[in-house]
Amino acid sequence: MPALKELEEAFFHSKKDREFQKELNQLRKTYIGRPTPLYFARRFTKYLGGAKIYLKREDLAHTGAHKINNALGQALLAQKMGKERLIAETGAGQHGVATATGAALVGMECEIYMGTEDMKRQALNVFRMRLLGARVTEVAVGSKTLKDAINEALRDWTTNVRTTHYVLGTVFGPHPFPLMVRDFQSVIGKEARKQILDAEGRLPDYLVACVGGGSNAIGLFYAFLPPDSSRLTSVIKMIGVEAGGEGIETGRHAARFAGGSLGVFQGCKSYLLQDDDGNILGTHSVSAGLDYASIGPEHPYLRDKGIIQYTHATDAEALAAFELLSKTEGITPALESAHALAEVIKLAPNLPKDEIIILNLSGRGDKDVQHVAKIKGIELRCR
Amino acid sequence: MSMIEERFRKLKGRGKKAFIPYIMAGYPSLEDTKDVLILFEKCGADVVELGVPFTDPLADGPIIQRASEMALLQGITLRKVIAFVRVVRRSIRVPLVLMTYYNPVFKYGEEAFVKDAKDAGVDGLIIPDLPPDEAGNLIPYARKESLDTIFLLAPTSNTESIKKVAKASRGFIYYVSVTGITGSRLLLDGSLEKFISGIRKYTDKPIAVGFGVSSPEEASSVSKAADGVIVGSAIVKRLHESPDDLRGYLISLREAI
Repeated sequence: MPALKELEEAFFHSKKDREFQKELNQLRKTYIGRPTPLYFARRFTKYLGGAKIYLKREDLAHTGAHKINNALGQALLAQKMGKERLIAETGAGQHGVATATGAALVGMECEIYMGTEDMKRQALNVFRMRLLGARVTEVAVGSKTLKDAINEALRDWTTNVRTTHYVLGTVFGPHPFPLMVRDFQSVIGKEARKQILDAEGRLPDYLVACVGGGSNAIGLFYAFLPPDSSRLTSVIKMIGVEAGGEGIETGRHAARFAGGSLGVFQGCKSYLLQDDDGNILGTHSVSAGLDYASIGPEHPYLRDKGIIQYTHATDAEALAAFELLSKTEGITPALESAHALAEVIKLAPNLPKDEIIILNLSGRGDKDVQHVAKIKGIELRCR
Repeated sequence: MSMIEERFRKLKGRGKKAFIPYIMAGYPSLEDTKDVLILFEKCGADVVELGVPFTDPLADGPIIQRASEMALLQGITLRKVIAFVRVVRRSIRVPLVLMTYYNPVFKYGEEAFVKDAKDAGVDGLIIPDLPPDEAGNLIPYARKESLDTIFLLAPTSNTESIKKVAKASRGFIYYVSVTGITGSRLLLDGSLEKFISGIRKYTDKPIAVGFGVSSPEEASSVSKAADGVIVGSAIVKRLHESPDDLRGYLISLREAI
C-alpha cells in the first residue's frame, strides 16, 4: 500500500514536471516513432463495401504494439523514482518486450513473468525479451497464463518493493495503475482525433478496439469521450471487442461482459469470470493478449453509462480477419487486434459509405505467424 | 472481550506468548485437516488458523499455493470450509480464525458470510487482500456478530497504516515479518523488534508475527518481541513431506515460544 501511494505521488508529480514531459515527448517522437499514422484502408473498405475504415497504426510503434507507450512512460517514471529494477507480467509477450525495451533504454535490470502456456504460444517474443537483456521467468502455477503471471509479478513486487517498480501492462490492478496506464496510452486517441480531423474534417462515427485488460481501447477512446461522462451519451459509437474463444456457450472464452459477474481481483473491482464460489475461472482465447479473466475497471463504468458497447469475436472470426487484412492491405495484424477487425467486418458492410470507422490496430501479427501456421496445420521448417 | 483477546490476556498474565499454527482446509483432505486441528489443540495451540483455498492466492508462497491447488481439485470451497468448521467445532475448543482471500467473501455476500462463519464457530477473519480502507462494509457486519477482524502490517507500513490497522483490528494484529509472501526466509537482524515497538506506540492490542517462521529457534526469537507466533508454510511442508514428524515438530515449536 505505501508503494502505491509513493507511485501515485510520483506519477502526479511527473504530470506537472516539464522536464519529465519534455523527455517523454522527445522519446515518443524519436524512439517510439510517434505519431503513428492513421491509415485509410482503401482496399479493405472496398472489399467490405460500406463505411470508410481507418486504421490507427499502433503496429508501427517501436516493438510492434501500443504496449511501448505505457512501458516507456513507466520506465522513465521508475528511473526518476530511483528504482533499480523493473518487473512485468506478459501474456502475448508484447508488454514483456516493451518493458524489456524500456529497461534497456533507461539502463535498468528487468525480469518478466510469463505463464508456461503463453511461453509456448509466443516463443519468438520470449527470445526477443532475452535478447533485450531481460530475464524471463516461467510461471507454472494455476492456469499458467496471464493472470498467474500477474500474481507472480505482484508477489515479486511485495518482496522487492524498495528497489523494484512493477510495470503493470494494462488499465487494471490497484490505483493508480488504471489511471496511469490510461494516461500513457491516451496519446493514441489524441493523435487519432487530430489526424481524422485533418483527413476528413470531422470526427468518426465509430471507434473499435479489442479488449483484454483494455489499455489500447481506453487509449483510443479516451480523447473521444464526452467531456462530462456523467451527463452525455456519446455521439461517437465506441465498441470494445472481447475474446469469444470457441463461443460463449462452450465456456471456453474470455468474454467478461458476456459470461462474467462483478468481483474483486488483483487489486480492483470489475467484471470477472468466476464460479459461484468466487474462484477465478480458466479462460481461453487464440490470442494470449486477450486471454484474461478480468477487465480494467473503467470499462464496466463506461459500459454502465452507455458510452461504450462491448461485443466479442470468436477465435475463428479473428483468424479470418487476420488473413483478410493481410491479403487486402498487406498488413498482418496481431491476433488481438484481429478481434477488433472481426467486428469491423460485421459492422462496416451495413453502414453507409460516408460513415467513418477508426479501428485501433494495436499490434503487428509477426509474433502470431508461427502460431497461426500451427493452427492451420502447416509446419514451418528451415533447412 | 472476544475469545481470542481473552486468550492473549490470560497468556500475558502468565508471561507467555501465543502459538498460532496454520493449516490449509482440505489438504490433503478434509478428514486430515480435522485430525491436524485436533492435534494443534493437543500440542498447545492458543489460536488455530484455517486457510481457505483460492485459485489466486496472491500473498502465499509456493508451499501454500500447492496446498491450495490440491484442495481446490477436491472441490473445497468457502461454503464447504464453513460447514467443516461447524463439524470440527464439536471436537476442538481453541479459537479458530479463517484466512481467506476477499473475492470468495464478496461473492458469498459479506453479511451472509460473517453470519454463517460466526454461527459455525469461527472466531476471527484474516483477509490478506483486504486492507482496512476497503473493509468499510465488512467491519460493521463483523462487529455486529462479534467476529474478530485481523488486519496485516508489513515492514513497509507507515504510521498512517499502522494507526488504521490498529484501529480496525480485533483479536490481534498480524505483523508480516518480511516483505513478501508466506514461506519466505526470515531475517533476524533486530528490525523486527524495532518495528513491533513502533506499532506498540499506537496500540496495546496483541501483535502476532507470521510469514517465514520455520524453526523452533526462529519461533523462540520472534516470540521475544511479539505476543504470538504464526507458523504456516513450515507446517504444511512437514505435513506434505513427513506427516509422522508433525506432532514432534509442533511440540518443539510450542516449547520454543
